[in-house]
Amino acid sequence: MAESTLQPPVALTTADGQPLKTSLARVERRARIRAFALVVPLLIFLCITFLFPIGQMLFRSIHDPLVVDLLPNTIAALKDWDGTDIPGEPVFAALAEDMKKGREDRSIGKVATRLNFEQSGVRSVITRTARRVAKLEEGPYKEAFLDANKAWGEVETWATIKRLGNRFNTVQYLASVDRRFDTEGNVVMQPEDRQIYVPIFGRTLWMSLLVTACCLLLGFPISYMLATQPLRISNLLMIMVLLPFWTSLLVRTTSWIVILQSEGVLNDILVWTGIVGEDGRVQLIYNQTGTVIAMTQILLPFMVLPLYSVMKTISPSYMRAAQSLGAPRFQAFWKVYAPNTLPGVGAGSLLVFILAIGYYITPALVGGRTGQMISNFIAHHMQSSLNWGLAAALGGILLIGVLLLYWLYNKLVGVERLSLG
Amino acid sequence: MAISNENLVEFTEVQKSYDGETLVVKDLNLSIARGEFLTMLGPSGSGKTTTLMMLAGFESPTHGDVKLDGRTLNNVPPHKRDIGMVFQNYALFPHMSVYENLAFPLQVRKMSKSEVETKVKKALDMVQLGGFGTRRPSQLSGGQQQRVALARALVFQPTLVLMDEPLGALDKQLREHMQLEIKHIHESLGVTVVYVTHDQSEALTMSNRIAVFNDGIIQQLASPPDLYERPENAFVAQFIGENNKLMGKVQHTNGENACTVVLDSGDEVQALPVNIAGAGSATLLSLRPERVTIGPEAGSLPNIFDAEVQELIYLGDHIRTRVKVCGHDDFVVKVPNAQAHAALREGAAVKLGWSIEDCRALDA
Repeated sequence: MAESTLQPPVALTTADGQPLKTSLARVERRARIRAFALVVPLLIFLCITFLFPIGQMLFRSIHDPLVVDLLPNTIAALKDWDGTDIPGEPVFAALAEDMKKGREDRSIGKVATRLNFEQSGVRSVITRTARRVAKLEEGPYKEAFLDANKAWGEVETWATIKRLGNRFNTVQYLASVDRRFDTEGNVVMQPEDRQIYVPIFGRTLWMSLLVTACCLLLGFPISYMLATQPLRISNLLMIMVLLPFWTSLLVRTTSWIVILQSEGVLNDILVWTGIVGEDGRVQLIYNQTGTVIAMTQILLPFMVLPLYSVMKTISPSYMRAAQSLGAPRFQAFWKVYAPNTLPGVGAGSLLVFILAIGYYITPALVGGRTGQMISNFIAHHMQSSLNWGLAAALGGILLIGVLLLYWLYNKLVGVERLSLG
Repeated sequence: MAISNENLVEFTEVQKSYDGETLVVKDLNLSIARGEFLTMLGPSGSGKTTTLMMLAGFESPTHGDVKLDGRTLNNVPPHKRDIGMVFQNYALFPHMSVYENLAFPLQVRKMSKSEVETKVKKALDMVQLGGFGTRRPSQLSGGQQQRVALARALVFQPTLVLMDEPLGALDKQLREHMQLEIKHIHESLGVTVVYVTHDQSEALTMSNRIAVFNDGIIQQLASPPDLYERPENAFVAQFIGENNKLMGKVQHTNGENACTVVLDSGDEVQALPVNIAGAGSATLLSLRPERVTIGPEAGSLPNIFDAEVQELIYLGDHIRTRVKVCGHDDFVVKVPNAQAHAALREGAAVKLGWSIEDCRALDA
């Protein structure tokens, strides 16, 4: 033993003198190529449907070329502007040139819309001014602009244009966390009445945590029963867990409306039994309560299944051993059984939390005004306001949050202990 | 420490049924002395594990009493019985280190930290795992896990230790080694052990007494030599060791120590009446393969028959010889591989002989 370790390592060869490594690699290459060929379709599918859209979305959140492309002269002229006072005649002239061109190829509307996301009211300022500027043959433009709209006399308008003068910027991410650049280029909070997203992120986080906690609280005993009851009973229980899982999400969400609304089943029962009066019907839906109740029910199987799969592997002899060693039932459960369920608790909680934090349809249907979550705002910016950049930035923050959480979980528990059933 | 006369465990008329239709344990009466090593041996489904579980408190008897140290256990929960238990798959807690596993029973008894430390160290030293305290059970080999389980069951000095097929998962060599180790620990600590196994050699090696279970009944309760040499019924004779069986009818008894049995082939055999109903009843003659003499001198043994060698199997220390005798062609004789062992050939005609005491007439 000692002798062989002292000798310098000699590269092993096969019988015909080839290096062993080369020979092994050749033999295994074929198998590797075949294995890779089998996963290629899935890989392509994932790239097209998953990686590419996510990449594009993240790109869009920082890539904002519209203003640079459509107001090239203005941006160039604003380069040396220090942002303390309204700029001089050359800048106005450049903007006038860009506006004239924009009216010709009908692109001025796009610029107006984009700028309007940054500073509401700018859209009409630009379209109206552009109409007037188009009639002007030559300068001086400054007076004409100031005459056309007093917004051109405000530093903020120019600061907004200059801010979008980079193809790549973080304006959308700042907007996503209720922050903006002031005229000096410092990051400041939005005025209080325009702070939307931080409270929404906070609410989304809180509601997701609440849903996760509810799922864990309800799912743990169910999983324990599933794992410990005789097969006949546990099969029946399993069907009861899975049946809603197989039912359409919409059907389940709308049936919660039937149950929870103020003229609904639950309130009728409460009134009938006299627990609440006719005028004291509880508002259980179209608010946070409704969203949490419905989401808990919908996400429960995602907690139960990983928990069950972990509990199934915990030998009942652990509990027996703990009891025979002198631990009362509860102590045996808490000290021996519960710690062994941690991989399942982690997996279930992570799964439920990640699903909850991006949940859309249920809060949209039963959330009302106070039960809306961040995904509802993302959908709003995708579909109604068409501010895709902001939607992308909000989604990006959500994605980063989930990845952070995953990292944290890996750090604390270890991903290899994750058991998803 | 010697086995005392005082009974530590007493089963009185214990019955157990799981479904209300069949009895898994039928009328069990069993006393276990303090300091004894008692093994419950039997095929699976014979009720031995159920009996153990009733003692541990994980099953309750459907009828009858279980007493430990004079105290009726029927309503005592498992954690108050003060019984150490070693499980089939060890049941070491995977999330705890070896040290924490051993400390667990002491901590639930609220012992001081220093006391826990001394006891755990002593227990680990006893099973020769002194330096393994910080390891996780998964980092140990099967044999080491087995030792930890043993140490954990003993560390809180219980009055009684139960072992449920603890060596089943080990390979043969390790199993034999652990058998001796457990035996020595039992001898040095003097703790009472109730051991469940289906492996007869394990039972013979370790026990003071063996209770052979079958069909929910103790078939025989005896010391290992008694059990092997003097089985009381056909099941025990078959279950323990190798056994030749010859079916026949009792013709007549000749006093207390002999009877004449007519085999189905017509041969008359002189046998020891053990468990027969009297003249005319069917009987099974049990004869150990190593108690058959090949080529005895005429008249030296009461039973001498002509036989034909069918098959020779060389097993190193002995030669297993299958012969045809008295109409049975599955009669086995063990011929020791001594220097002058009979040079047998397949097809050779030989004479076989055996004494009356070695041929036991049992229930058919």
